[in-house]
Amino acid sequence: MERLGTLRRNMMRVTGAVAMSAVLALGAGACGGGDDDKSGGDGITIGFMGDLTGENSGLVIPPYQGAQLAVEQYNATNPKTKVTLKKYDSQGKPEQATTLAQGAIKNDKITAMIGPAFSGESQSVAPILEEAKIPSVTPSATNITLAEKGWKFWHRAVADDAVQGNGAGGFIADQIKAKKVFTAHDNQDYGKGLAESIANVVKPKGAQVEADGVDEKATDYSSTVNKIKQFNPEIVYFGGYYSVAGKLFKQLREAGYTGKMMSGDGSLAAGLVESTGQKNAQGALLSCGCVIDAAGKVSPKSKKFADEYKAKFGSDVAIYSSEGYDAATALLEAIKAGKTSSGDINDFLKTVSFEGVGKQIKFDDKGELASQDIYVYEVKDNTIPLLGKSNEAKPTS
Amino acid sequence: MLDNFVNQFWPSTIDGLSLGAIYALIALGYTMVYGVLRLINFAHAEIFMVGTFASVFTVQALGLSDVGGLGLIGVVVVLALVSGLVSGGSAVLLEAAAYRPLRKRGASRLAALISAIGASIFIQQLFATIVVPLLFDTSKEAGKLPVNEHFVTRSNVIDFGPITISNDRLIVFLGAILMMIALDQFVNRTKLGRGIRSTAQDPETAVLMGVNIDRVVTATFLVGGIMAGVAAALYIVRFEQAWYFSGFLLGIKAFTAAVLGGIGNIRGALVGGFALGLFEAYGASIFGSGWKDVVAFSVLILVLMFRPTGILGESLQQARA
Repeated sequence: MERLGTLRRNMMRVTGAVAMSAVLALGAGACGGGDDDKSGGDGITIGFMGDLTGENSGLVIPPYQGAQLAVEQYNATNPKTKVTLKKYDSQGKPEQATTLAQGAIKNDKITAMIGPAFSGESQSVAPILEEAKIPSVTPSATNITLAEKGWKFWHRAVADDAVQGNGAGGFIADQIKAKKVFTAHDNQDYGKGLAESIANVVKPKGAQVEADGVDEKATDYSSTVNKIKQFNPEIVYFGGYYSVAGKLFKQLREAGYTGKMMSGDGSLAAGLVESTGQKNAQGALLSCGCVIDAAGKVSPKSKKFADEYKAKFGSDVAIYSSEGYDAATALLEAIKAGKTSSGDINDFLKTVSFEGVGKQIKFDDKGELASQDIYVYEVKDNTIPLLGKSNEAKPTS
Repeated sequence: MLDNFVNQFWPSTIDGLSLGAIYALIALGYTMVYGVLRLINFAHAEIFMVGTFASVFTVQALGLSDVGGLGLIGVVVVLALVSGLVSGGSAVLLEAAAYRPLRKRGASRLAALISAIGASIFIQQLFATIVVPLLFDTSKEAGKLPVNEHFVTRSNVIDFGPITISNDRLIVFLGAILMMIALDQFVNRTKLGRGIRSTAQDPETAVLMGVNIDRVVTATFLVGGIMAGVAAALYIVRFEQAWYFSGFLLGIKAFTAAVLGGIGNIRGALVGGFALGLFEAYGASIFGSGWKDVVAFSVLILVLMFRPTGILGESLQQARA
């Protein structure tokens, strides 16, 4: 429980300026979306659940918009079965999500669900969906244990935290070829787990590892900085959230550390650059199972998606927006194939396989994404553009 | 473990002293109010927080960037003035709003304590939801995010073998020492200072001798607030980040420093602040950063076991010049 709770907090904290602007961009338009009254008849209602207005909505609005775009594009083709996307604003809170999920099943008769966005609420909602036999695809819940519950109707369109540890660890050992690695973390399950899994990957490859934990509420990280300076590693990997990563990276650079700095998806936000300071943040690396590809480097499909997203919402694709689009597309593929009942859609998801705007979408029998790709991003000026897959990317500096 | 301590001894000492200086300045506010009113002013941490925002706002308003060298000293003076005034003023307001009405009606100390906690939460949320979004022109949600303002250029002013001291650390340390000397002089040499000491010693007799208690209390809050404001300015120079919740942890640490040095004792706050800063830094270098609070608080318990009134003993009136 605690582990899931912390992961939810991981998600909760990653609110950056980019995300904020997304919130503003959505604004009033989304409230009056008018997507509530089209259900019934021969249409199908799909729910989207997550923190859509709370303080962490910056993480959830991009995947919601991705899903919204997918559904609109589908409906624009005049299909036999129209789809309505109905949103459920759980505020990321498990207890609220539970009530909403029950209402969604009983009153709105949803056929499938995208979400819940965070791991904590997924933990509470998935059993309810399981009982009602409603299939779900989450764009962003990354906790490892979710796939171990034996849920038959649960899927996710993003790699879990263990996969990220492998990918980022492999990147450090094979691409950077670091012989001395320092792993820092914020002493919480998500951050510590990620940092430890990095250490476990790089150690067998011959790297020397030292570790230290910092207090997320504190400001002064000089004791950790002193340890790092003494060890003098080629790279420091921090497991945790961007606000802590920013403070640590800033103090490292100010103390004269010149090696590389890297962190995970919890730090993949514009707020990282802001709190590190643009000058000190340059070249900082981030790993994530998500594809954020505003420049359209990954594939023609991701380029098309980035352009359409920007045209519709006026902002660049952000964290988990392509996962939201792909999660919706997985369900829409089923409906296109004539599967309109929850059970049929779920059976279809077991076999679905298509090239999404982010990754290849194919689920294993646990509902886990088959693709194990982890992507690396690098801070450049005040943006964090994609560098490439973790097994191919080369840092520019 | 121990070789870490040896290898990191000098950087730990310098970091411990510069953080301890900030603890000490904040601790003064706790200790003075306790000396005069026998009240733990838990909202004092928020007075510090208000000061950090005043400093960051001043930096933005003046459009400062890349400040280093002697210019940094000038900037610190300006920030300390602004934050000192804002924090001092806030502390006086806080007293007038949260404590004076209770005192006039003869409420118990427990009631004042609850009022302090209430005021603390009120000020935090006021900043998170209204003041920060207004002051920095951000969205309402962003009020809970830290405000960063990078304006200091750091350089090593002392580079002597293993001992390197950066300009910001030196300024924080010296600035805090200067303020504490000034306060010591104020309390021991001025009429108002004598009033504060006499009220701390025996309020009833002080009144009989013609001391205006309300004035003394206001002065105590003002001076404590100014110290917190200066601490905030130094903190901003060192860390460049203001956050509505930043007072919480520092407040606890500063309160601990006050108790460690002897609550109610002005010089005790100084000793306690530096001692706590050093224990934390050494503890972290030996056992890892996760253990620094364990080490610091173990030391606190040990000290209190053998000296229940803290390192320098308890009361304000005993602090001689």
